[in-house]
Amino acid sequence: MEIRSRSIRAILYVLLIFYAIITVGPFLLSVSTALTKTQHVHLLFQHWGIPPEPTLENFKYILKSGDFGRWIFNSVVVAGLGTLAKVFFNSLAGYALARIRFPGREFIFWCILATMMIPAAVILIPQYLILNKLGWLDSYYGLIVPFTVSAFGIFLMRQFFSTIPIELEEAAQIDGLSRFGIFWRIVLPLTKPALAAQIIFNFLGDWNNFLWPNLIARSREMYTLTVGLQTFKNEYYSFWNQVLAGSMFLTIPVIIVYLFLNRWFIKGITITGMKN
Amino acid sequence: MTAYVFLVPSIIILGTFVIGPVLYAIYLSFFDYDILSPEKAQFIGIGNYLEAFRDPVFQRAFKNVVIYAAGVVPTQMVIALLLALMVTSGVRGQNFFRVAYFIPTVTSSVVVSIMFLYIYSKTGVLNHILGWFGIPAINWMENGKTALLSIMMMNVWSTVGQYMVLFTAGLNDIPDTYYEAAMVDGASYWQRLRYITLPLLRPTTLFVSIMSVIGTLQLFDQPYLMTNGQGGPADATMTVVLYIYKNAFGGYFRMGYASALATILFVVILILTYIQKRWFGEEVQY
Repeated sequence: MEIRSRSIRAILYVLLIFYAIITVGPFLLSVSTALTKTQHVHLLFQHWGIPPEPTLENFKYILKSGDFGRWIFNSVVVAGLGTLAKVFFNSLAGYALARIRFPGREFIFWCILATMMIPAAVILIPQYLILNKLGWLDSYYGLIVPFTVSAFGIFLMRQFFSTIPIELEEAAQIDGLSRFGIFWRIVLPLTKPALAAQIIFNFLGDWNNFLWPNLIARSREMYTLTVGLQTFKNEYYSFWNQVLAGSMFLTIPVIIVYLFLNRWFIKGITITGMKN
Repeated sequence: MTAYVFLVPSIIILGTFVIGPVLYAIYLSFFDYDILSPEKAQFIGIGNYLEAFRDPVFQRAFKNVVIYAAGVVPTQMVIALLLALMVTSGVRGQNFFRVAYFIPTVTSSVVVSIMFLYIYSKTGVLNHILGWFGIPAINWMENGKTALLSIMMMNVWSTVGQYMVLFTAGLNDIPDTYYEAAMVDGASYWQRLRYITLPLLRPTTLFVSIMSVIGTLQLFDQPYLMTNGQGGPADATMTVVLYIYKNAFGGYFRMGYASALATILFVVILILTYIQKRWFGEEVQY
């Protein structure tokens, strides 16, 4: 609904900018603290948040300590492989449920829908015990495999595939393409926007995930960046400049990706509601 | 045949890591089971459930999440709706504001907690700003009266952007012709808001608020991260999932009891989901 009155619009701008300061302010404060020397941190507010002698020494110190490199690597591997597997398997299953007729289809679809209602916290203990039996605790398998499929993703992909005109597939079938060929070469390319939104969303979810890697990764070299950062925070508790410099490694990649692809994020969140 | 091949990976993963575990959790909830000595596992019937209903910490955890939901859900809804109305009122820089408001939502809970521990610390910026008004500095997270409130404020901050986007989508779905017709009839902004926007947003609002309550019940990351997994001071920030976690993995290793708590949580969430489906069923047609 449009508001035309000039004076009211002026008030709106004030409110909108005020709230933008509230959301962005903590990040700016974190960046400036991360650029501050340890002996200056307590003086920061007297300088209105601007570091007296800006320095990169906190970042250098963190990179020299070595752990962060490993944790970043782990996060990239876990989130990357997890996301690729998830998008592939979800699409395969979504396609089968949308387009192939077979006995038990309704039942399988119903089961998958039902699993969407199960809260992660409820199954945490059995999942842990199962991974223990498999010997997958503290391993990449344990970090990645349980998250290579998501019921919600299957549901979304099924909805997308149902909207594609079936004539395309029929033509491909006459040309002698196999089911997988149709899926891989005809249907999947048509759902690129949906796939892109899913990749971004799943990667973000896995990259930021804390609960699961905190439970599964026991040794320091298996930590993902979220778990590593939490440990680092506890070890360097009173050195806010270093802790905040460490958190930049987790935040900045996400914000850069977000700034370039924010249309996809918005699209993703309206499609997915508040899942993830 | 092909269909089954396509579905096999999903069925195996969901079966092993979701459906199987639910049944296993319910089964475990009838046992006294300690992961350190599994051979001593003992069937105790509904003993764990009886204990849960008498457990003062579990009651405290439920009370905390109810307070939390009652405070956080309406606040985030109102702020998100106001922002959505303002952003879509034809102001310039709409995209800038949307991007700025959404940034907290894409940020990891670990980073959000670190930033807020810094803001809330005794020498932090919050106390600094309050100092301008002569309010004495306190340690927000170590004070039993303010710890839960502090986490609630942080949660509102980090989720409003997400709900704003949902409300914006809801607002954009309302056909312009409705507003045009109302303007021809001479309806004021407030009348249009009251009789067109709000009623037509009702499905979005209901859906989003129940989702938000369900999310609140499962609150874990923030209290865990802000209190080093303790839910302190003195259980002031204990939540249901944090208590489950603490029982299972946080030193007590009581897997059976924790499974009973998880099963109770599951039942509560199922009831809420059912209510949501019932309410959401009577969707407004336009």
